[in-house]
Amino acid sequence: MTEPLPRAPSPSRRDFFKKVGAGAAVAATAGCQQALEEFMKKSLREMSRPEVKALLERLEKEYGEKFGREVSVHATPPREGVLFGYGLDLSRCNGNRKCVTACVKENNQSRPNPDGDHNNPIQWIRVLEMEKDKGISFEHADPYYNPKEVPEEGKFYVPVQCQQCENPPCVKVCPVGATWAERDGIVVIDYNWCIGCRCCMSACPYGARHFNWSDPYLPADELNPNTHVLGNRPRPRGVVEKCTFCIQRTRAGRYPACLEACPTGARKFGNLLDPKSEIRRLLEEKRVFVLKEELNTKPKFFYFYG
Amino acid sequence: MRLDRAFLRFTTGSARIVLSGSGYYYAWVGLLLLLVSLGVVAYTRQIENGLIVTALRDEVSWGFYIGNFTFLVGVAAAAVVLVIPAYIYHWKPIKEIVILGELLAVAVLAMCMLFVLVDVGRPDRLTHILPIVGSLNVPHSLLAWDVLVLNIYFLLNLGVVTYLLVSLFRGRTPNPYIFTPLVFFSIPMAVTIHSVTAFVYNGLPGRPFWNASLLAPKFLASAFCSGPAIMLILLQILRKTARLDIKMEAIWKIAELMAYAMFLNLFFLVAEVFKEVYSDTHHLQHMKYLYLGLDGKTALVGWAWTSVAASIAAFFLFLIPATRRNLVTLNLGCVLIFLGVYIEKSIGLVVPGFTPSVLGEIYQYDPTMNEFLVGLGIFGVGALLFTMMSRVAINVANGNFRLDAEAPRADVDVPA
Repeated sequence: MTEPLPRAPSPSRRDFFKKVGAGAAVAATAGCQQALEEFMKKSLREMSRPEVKALLERLEKEYGEKFGREVSVHATPPREGVLFGYGLDLSRCNGNRKCVTACVKENNQSRPNPDGDHNNPIQWIRVLEMEKDKGISFEHADPYYNPKEVPEEGKFYVPVQCQQCENPPCVKVCPVGATWAERDGIVVIDYNWCIGCRCCMSACPYGARHFNWSDPYLPADELNPNTHVLGNRPRPRGVVEKCTFCIQRTRAGRYPACLEACPTGARKFGNLLDPKSEIRRLLEEKRVFVLKEELNTKPKFFYFYG
Repeated sequence: MRLDRAFLRFTTGSARIVLSGSGYYYAWVGLLLLLVSLGVVAYTRQIENGLIVTALRDEVSWGFYIGNFTFLVGVAAAAVVLVIPAYIYHWKPIKEIVILGELLAVAVLAMCMLFVLVDVGRPDRLTHILPIVGSLNVPHSLLAWDVLVLNIYFLLNLGVVTYLLVSLFRGRTPNPYIFTPLVFFSIPMAVTIHSVTAFVYNGLPGRPFWNASLLAPKFLASAFCSGPAIMLILLQILRKTARLDIKMEAIWKIAELMAYAMFLNLFFLVAEVFKEVYSDTHHLQHMKYLYLGLDGKTALVGWAWTSVAASIAAFFLFLIPATRRNLVTLNLGCVLIFLGVYIEKSIGLVVPGFTPSVLGEIYQYDPTMNEFLVGLGIFGVGALLFTMMSRVAINVANGNFRLDAEAPRADVDVPA
């Protein structure tokens, strides 16, 4: 067993009038300056190549200073003829949550913060424990299971992460177009353009989107310095984030971190457009299903019993 | 006198009216300023720490702020729709009712915008929703549409009311060919803002509590209860303090119309409850959480039944002629309607939509003191705006504040 899912921390009730006067002045000045900078900015989708290059350099410099380490930020584009798909074998998954731990590390997610007032742990993968006699029923799912050993008697496990929908409800509701599906099927977020209205979180039927309610807590020695601008680069406060099929790895021809970490071999990944790929063989040979099919979201994340 | 100079005189004169008044007026404004400063302090704390100071979390990602926004859009819409019966029944003074309705709409819309502002994670990036400068995602995003129609409605009302007041201030009769079409245009716009706000929720297939086609009609029906409830109380106050000649018949008629709106609202509620209970799918969970609680989690149950009880009681008070003509029961009815619709459209709408969450989790959302104080501050801003604007408007309407007069006399008290 690794890393059970922490419950949503209760809100802080710290002394209300603390540091208020000074804070207001600083916030006002910084606010004006920031607003002016924001006014001049473009979303990543509207940027020319040199502008993207300049952004990457700026981000690398900013992260380098913040974490005291060298950080690389890439913008590797989708490859022609590639459409990513994921397969998950429910008969193999035993709920060990190694995928969750690997994902948190690989993707620089906010860790539990010892300062409880700012505790904002984020996990992109949520493993649900379900009862065998109830079948797949979210009503009877428990994401906080924490026994000595998994699997538990009479239970089975359903990991849920971004389903990379072909018809993503989250994308169309975004009022500023800060999230979109790339040509290789990965739904991404421009962390520099998101205004944090959380419409996408209301729209997502899979609970895949997570919000930075506080400054993310990421100790420098736990930082993964190999990042993608639309993926695992350190995020600011006040924006939404989610699984990107490990865009920084998969666009470089590697497997997602969750797949590599899975000790049971329940996780499969590949190119849906390649007839010889493992994922295509699974789709043809196994009985696959998607979550909440009736919503017509057309996920590219397929579940099957192996 | 030229228009720009007249406008300058109007502005300085308005400032003078707003700054002078009786002891009661100063006490009222002082109280509102206190609320506003509490809100500013609380919002500063939120800016420093992030939305972590709210009780919102990934499972319930909208709450008190967006609930208040939704409720207030309804109030802003309904305030202007009162213009219709005013014209149909030839209520005197129509001019004043139109002006007050539009002023209320302006003040309430300012509150709506503030509630959205405090809810977003990155207020520094709000320029991203501007057309051209930013990248407003129309026609896809309903929130983008909502931003558009709310701003149009805000400017429309502000424009009409400014035109009427400045014309009267200059001693001219407002040109009906200019303002009547605009007032009538603002009526479909009022319906539009509330429908589009409903569609923001309505269009989410993953949230069955909102994904019901009755949502927008229900929004409108409840808005035509809560908006007039506020107007009724304001009209009575102004009748006394500003000696506005508002006939009691008009007030009774509004109360009667509210009874019909409340009947529709309750009927829609019954229709929704029937559909969910009888078909008994997993969609019922959300309604169960609201009215009965789930797994012993009953945070909303008391609120939900308070809302139902208040709405039913108010319906009968306004339906029976004797009780709607009695000032005590009339005003009790207004308070009950306000309470009933406020609970139903804010917490009672937003939170059950998220509970249980899409993956079946029940997170009990309970707004923090900080959220509450930010909200209180925004209500303070709204009340302050309305107090000051209506103070100027009434002085203009009474003929006390005129361009040709020596100096404006602020002899009218308008305690919001």
